[in-house]
Amino acid sequence: MIEVENLTKRYTGHTAVTGLSFTVGRGEIVGLLGPNGAGKSTIMRILSCYMPATSGTARVAGYDVFTQADEVRRRIGYMPENNPLHRDMRVREYLKFRARLKGLGRARSRERIDVVMQQCGLTEVSRRIIGQLSKGFQQRVGLADALVHEPELIILDEPTIGLDPNQIRAVRQLIKDLGQKHTVLISTHILPEVEMTCSRVLILHQGRILAADTPENLQKIMSDGGQVIAEIAAPEEELRACWEEIPEVEDFDVSAAEGEYRRCALTPRPGVDLRPAIFALARERGWPLRELTRSRYSLEDIFVRVTRPDKEEDN
Amino acid sequence: MQAWWTMVRRELGGIFGSWTGYVVISVVLFLLGLCFVNLLQALNSEPTEQPVMELFYSTYYFWLILLLAAPIITMRSFALEKYSGTFETLMTTPVSDFQVVMAKFTGAMIFYMMMWLPLLGCIFIVRHYSNAPDVLDVATLGSTFLGIFLLGALYMSLGCFASALTRNQIIAAMGAFALGISLFLLSFLSISFAGRTGWLAQLFAHFSLLEHMRDFARGVVDTRALAFYSSLTVLFLFLTHKVVESRRWK
Repeated sequence: MIEVENLTKRYTGHTAVTGLSFTVGRGEIVGLLGPNGAGKSTIMRILSCYMPATSGTARVAGYDVFTQADEVRRRIGYMPENNPLHRDMRVREYLKFRARLKGLGRARSRERIDVVMQQCGLTEVSRRIIGQLSKGFQQRVGLADALVHEPELIILDEPTIGLDPNQIRAVRQLIKDLGQKHTVLISTHILPEVEMTCSRVLILHQGRILAADTPENLQKIMSDGGQVIAEIAAPEEELRACWEEIPEVEDFDVSAAEGEYRRCALTPRPGVDLRPAIFALARERGWPLRELTRSRYSLEDIFVRVTRPDKEEDN
Repeated sequence: MQAWWTMVRRELGGIFGSWTGYVVISVVLFLLGLCFVNLLQALNSEPTEQPVMELFYSTYYFWLILLLAAPIITMRSFALEKYSGTFETLMTTPVSDFQVVMAKFTGAMIFYMMMWLPLLGCIFIVRHYSNAPDVLDVATLGSTFLGIFLLGALYMSLGCFASALTRNQIIAAMGAFALGISLFLLSFLSISFAGRTGWLAQLFAHFSLLEHMRDFARGVVDTRALAFYSSLTVLFLFLTHKVVESRRWK
């Protein structure tokens, strides 16, 4: 659906995007994740044919965004950052204006407006003036606009910014539902958002892609070195002896917890799940086991590790 | 065509959906009314040979209305959309830059012509209460409105150009105002050259808006004036188009 090759965008003074390449397949929900100024909006503006790249090519549905901009624009629904709307218009009037602008016929636009208003939960505010609606509703109007002409690709620039938690949840659900019929590209710097909605994540930093994979895979990669925590009520020496016997345990640390419990932090060999072995041990010895967890890296840890400035020195 | 008409309707909706349209129309009505009263007083005190429409143009009111209203009408066309960000949503729909420029211009023109409609009312009053129905014949009226239209087209295109250059409505209005006033002041150059011969005098005579408008009000449609206004309008629309397009220059 999207093929980006060697894309570079230079503004006077600084380079926003450097030699970027990625592809997005049909039906994927892809998240662009990065701190502010990483180049997310720049990529989206180029893909939506608002401005050209300095060098490199980008194609949407096989059409070049620079030379075949009209074809591309017909196939995308784009919601820019901060969701600009004509605040003096009424919801239905605005959607009609946008639908007609996108070339939908009279009957078709009426039909599509009914569908997207239903989809975005706008039916009860269809006669209200946009400027007087709450931010959540305004956001949904922006989404409805992006969907109204049934685009193949939907590009949403920070769709949940400035919403309250309930509204965020509703918008996320909506995006997830969209993924069943459309290809979706969203940008965000909120991590749980991509974790929950996206099938693939591109982590951007200073105009480069640092990592690209599914949220689960990223976690798997990062969880090498992740520890297993077990709280077991047993004498400390016996515990230590046991851990030394298990070959999969690379390293361990036993410290006192409340009462008789000891807190063991175990580092397994890469790719090994220690938990069943620990449970089996506790059952065999008759030791009470009250906690058994694996410390998982959240996407947040991944993000911080990947984007922090001293990364080069780490490697 | 559909996109163009949709945008024209949006332009008019924007003007009438906010206070701008009503404020401009009421100011114009007020000035026209003042002008009308002045004219009637002048006509009552002494008889004149001049056509009534020409008298109207020789007052400052007409130029005041034109020079003040034009920047106000056009300042929002591009600047407001750029400022509010809706320019981005507009330009990512399948419409061409040319369609956008033409729609903005047409919207401004329609409003501008609507603004002059009360003038017809004034004229009909004169016609009704004076005993000379031939004072204002349809042809003169037509050529006057053609003059208003051509002059308006030039000032609207100029305003659109100024508005496309910036995202600030005040700067857009000031830019259009400065350009418009400069163009208008060229007329006075031709006055100072009047009576003299030579290419400079001839050149400035062609730029004299006052002179052109006097002809139109007398019922004279000069093709030189027609060519002057239409070519300048096209030039400024072309420049506007280039400015809008420049966003996509590499």
